[in-house]
Amino acid sequence: MPLDTPKRKFKVVGTRPPRPDGLDKVTGRALYGADMTAPGMLTGRILRSPHAHARIKSIDTSAAEALAGVRAVITAADLPVLEDDFIRDIQDNCMARGKALYDGHAVAAVAATDAATARKALKLIKVDYEILPHVTDVDAAMKPGAPVVQKGRTLENVPAGMSENVTSHCEFGHGDLPSGFAKADKIIERSFRTAATHQGYIEPHACLASFTSDGKADLWCCTQGQFFVRTLCAQMMGMEASQLRVTSSEIGGGFGGKTTVFIEPVALALSRKSGRPVKIVMTRDEVFKATGPTVSSSMDIRIGMTRNGRITAGEAHLRYSGGAFPNATIEMGGQAAFAAYDLGAVRTFGWNILTNRPKEAAYRAPGAPMAIYAVESVVDELCQELGLDPLKVRLLNAARKGTKSSYGPTFDDIGLVATLEAATRHPHYTAPLGPNQGRGLSCGFWFNFGGNTCVSLNVNTDGTVGVTEGNPDIGGSRASISLMAAEELGIPYEKVRTFVADTASLGYNDVTDGSRVTFAVGLATIKAARAAIRNMCARAAKIWGIDEEAVEWIDGAACPAGPNAGKFPPMTLAEIAAVSAETGGPIAGHHEVNADGAGVSFGVHLVDVEVDPETGATKVLRYTVFQDAGKAVHPDYVEGQMQGGAVQGIGWALNEEYIYGDDGRLQNAGFLDYRVPVASDLPPIETVILEIPNPGHPYGVRGVGETPIVPPLAAIANAVSRAVGVRMTELPMSPPRLLKALLSKG
Amino acid sequence: MRYIAAKTADEAAGLLVDEPGLARILAGGTDLLVQLKSGLVEPDLVVDIKNIPGIRDVTPENGGFRIGAAVSAAELGEHKGVLALWPGVVEGVELIGSTQVQGRATMVGNLCNGSPAGDAVPGLVAANATVRITGPGGSRDCPVLDIPAGPGKTTLAKGEIITSVFLPARPENASDAYLRFIPRTEMDIGVASAGVSLELAADGAISAARVALGAVAPKVLLVADAATAIVGSKLEDGALAALAKACEAACNPIDDKRGTIEFRTRTAGVLARRAALIAYQRAGGSK
Ligand SMILES: Cc1cc2nc3c(=O)[nH]c(=O)nc-3n(C[C@H](O)[C@H](O)[C@H](O)COP(=O)(O)OP(=O)(O)OC[C@H]3O[C@@H](n4cnc5c(N)ncnc54)[C@H](O)[C@@H]3O)c2cc1C
Repeated sequence: MPLDTPKRKFKVVGTRPPRPDGLDKVTGRALYGADMTAPGMLTGRILRSPHAHARIKSIDTSAAEALAGVRAVITAADLPVLEDDFIRDIQDNCMARGKALYDGHAVAAVAATDAATARKALKLIKVDYEILPHVTDVDAAMKPGAPVVQKGRTLENVPAGMSENVTSHCEFGHGDLPSGFAKADKIIERSFRTAATHQGYIEPHACLASFTSDGKADLWCCTQGQFFVRTLCAQMMGMEASQLRVTSSEIGGGFGGKTTVFIEPVALALSRKSGRPVKIVMTRDEVFKATGPTVSSSMDIRIGMTRNGRITAGEAHLRYSGGAFPNATIEMGGQAAFAAYDLGAVRTFGWNILTNRPKEAAYRAPGAPMAIYAVESVVDELCQELGLDPLKVRLLNAARKGTKSSYGPTFDDIGLVATLEAATRHPHYTAPLGPNQGRGLSCGFWFNFGGNTCVSLNVNTDGTVGVTEGNPDIGGSRASISLMAAEELGIPYEKVRTFVADTASLGYNDVTDGSRVTFAVGLATIKAARAAIRNMCARAAKIWGIDEEAVEWIDGAACPAGPNAGKFPPMTLAEIAAVSAETGGPIAGHHEVNADGAGVSFGVHLVDVEVDPETGATKVLRYTVFQDAGKAVHPDYVEGQMQGGAVQGIGWALNEEYIYGDDGRLQNAGFLDYRVPVASDLPPIETVILEIPNPGHPYGVRGVGETPIVPPLAAIANAVSRAVGVRMTELPMSPPRLLKALLSKG
Repeated sequence: MRYIAAKTADEAAGLLVDEPGLARILAGGTDLLVQLKSGLVEPDLVVDIKNIPGIRDVTPENGGFRIGAAVSAAELGEHKGVLALWPGVVEGVELIGSTQVQGRATMVGNLCNGSPAGDAVPGLVAANATVRITGPGGSRDCPVLDIPAGPGKTTLAKGEIITSVFLPARPENASDAYLRFIPRTEMDIGVASAGVSLELAADGAISAARVALGAVAPKVLLVADAATAIVGSKLEDGALAALAKACEAACNPIDDKRGTIEFRTRTAGVLARRAALIAYQRAGGSK
């Protein structure tokens, strides 16, 4: 759906009304996943493997079943054996079949009348494990002879002779690398590693499942996508989609981590077996051990540059592990690595590797932050070596309209150059630095996504409007959707309220991911509003006794179009709605679409740090985010996304990591030792929104949610490396690691 | 699990001695409740000591202060007298947790939880503080240094409870300081820490010193060599270097998810040096 006009004057879009969910959230009234209850409800709890890798020889549940208060015990034997790899992997991750593949992998579950009984029952389940050798490190897992996590999962594109843990290979790029490198005055080649990190959402996964004896079921859960949950669970339960209704709760953060299922099929199976509603709420320990962190990575980057800063060739070898199951995140890393640059010769080679770690789930811009961290670190080092200004070098090489991107498509209107220019002009870039301080910057990129979307817009007889959409609101989408509906209808924002519907109330909506919602649901809302407007114009035409085509919609009212249509005073939305019963019944607009045209989004982050040379502690002093939003529908939320991404990136760069012991067990399954930044760790994060309209959206909107987590890793690594005079090539740059580098520098 | 709020220290001691199963004392509960919730301990009896008369009082005694075992970190932080006399002890206690945790957490709970990283402990050891203990055998006093016995363990016998901490008087021109290293800026656990207490002679030279380190050994360390390194000095560069070196030599840390042996050892020396400078300045020394 193309941009209406690049110069549109907005009335409501671009304002900052208070968030509609704010009051309920701060007063504790909002209903999250764990807040649902039902009469006769049981508590479900899950038994998890203490081993990183073990064959499950047998599970004896008889003692648990005999315990008073226990109503059901399930294992993988209670779930079907599924044909399709993709969904079978998700189910096997929810409940291990045959082998436990990581520390924390679910092996059995109970439903009991209370939590204490459920806990006691778990202790009575006897699992006979045969402990197998394990591997948690991506490089170690790739070596021939490494313990094999799953057999028979390797795709044909992986050359023979590699470890069976290598499941897929991908390659992107164009041009001739050898001749590109031959043109370089300086070539730098470096290897990098990044740790797996967790999204760190504050709300643990929670759900309530209720199966009735006639085979219907209801599921309430905290998710980013109720429709996808329905697809998965219906197949795992062997039921038709229409018989399972999934309702999403208010959500305490997701960041991609709630785009799949972990406990939902378990709760449904327990409910079916017990005949009672079953609630499962994960502990924080379970969230860390058994939900979906990011990939861990190991990467080799080689970039050539001329003396004046033109990149002549770029090459990346990326090795990602998303845990014990195959995944395709590596492809996004391979595509994103060099996306910011206009290059004649570029090639990325990607490998996915299995390890005995939990199954990866999406985390904002999955696969991109690590690859771009590595590339942007080498670009920065080339600038240092050649004595070049890092912003000028980025501008010189920046992708722009017409650039053939490193992953194939040719870019349309994009905002990278404008973003880099804004950074150049900003006082932050030239502010003086003190001793032990360094400044770093990085570009970031994300594809953004559109997808299946279905919206209903209902005009109420009192002149208010309800929008029904199917995507859980994780970033303020209800406000943005109401703003776009109000803009299109020409009524105040306060007259519109947006609701997130259950799976029975709308057609299929893709998950809230890919920064798609404000773009795709917004687009469908605008179209639905236009449908409602056509309907209202028809009603006015009927009242006036003129042709429908002779009525147009101006500023929230139907008006005769031109002098030939007749002279009638405008009829407002409220006036038309009030008499709708006499003119044909309720007024509504709908739109269904599989949206494409989600414009890519670029950002640039600028950061100053100070490193304590005696302890290796890094303090972030100043941080500025520049990003192209296409059109910022609700600027507060856009800024919030930019700041939130920067903060999560700061955590990733400095302290967050999954730490495994030699026994393959996760050492830090809690917020004490998995260190997300706290408020006092952070400077105010300044934001600069640029608006280069997306040609694929009527208002020019681009997704903004993922790009901001991409640049911080490299921006901070570049700042730290410049501050201490040592190139840091491993994340996180935790104080022990940084102090070691400082001491070895001497 | 039974919960009893004891009315007197003797009653508490009696309940604890008589319990055949696992018993735990409850002060602020900021360690105990976390352990209960995670299933780490499953006691049969919990004895709450907060209702014992006098246990939440701070009382001047012989020029120093007697601090009841249930005085919270927040209450201690607001006590002007203690703050003026032992600022290093108070700053250690005030580093514990957040505002919410401060409202409940106690120094004695921090000590008896037995964590080598407890933030109240090095300051108390540097201050040469003692605790008063009520037990089946009556009452006794004991230096804080002798309470920890290793991670999660104390030297207290079954039935013994600590009822108060005593911070002694100190001469003019004396002060103390406490620093810890954490990867974040708050809500974290010390990777290394140092408490330093100093007394200065009239000429500004250090006449007496106690240096204690946390999180670098199975229990808090009192490093005599570190004190020797600075006694007689005005914290000249050489004395500071010798102090750091003595601290590094005393460290016996573990390598774990929170820090390497190398990191903890280096950082302990750095912190002791920095804490000594702060204490020196507080004591009226000028550099
Ligand atoms: C969010 C959070 C942050 C924290 N941050 C820090 C921190 O930064 N630094 C730090 O050092 N600690 C920290 N802690 C740990 C804890 O708050 C401290 O150790 C606190 O001082 C414990 O005191 P309490 O009164 O709450 O102890 P409780 O939990 O009541 O007791 C702790 C232990 O001591 C025993 N005990 C208590 N009183 C007595 C007594 N009078 N006699 C004998 N035994 C007794 C108890 O039986 C128990 O085993 C934190 C805890 C939380 C939850």
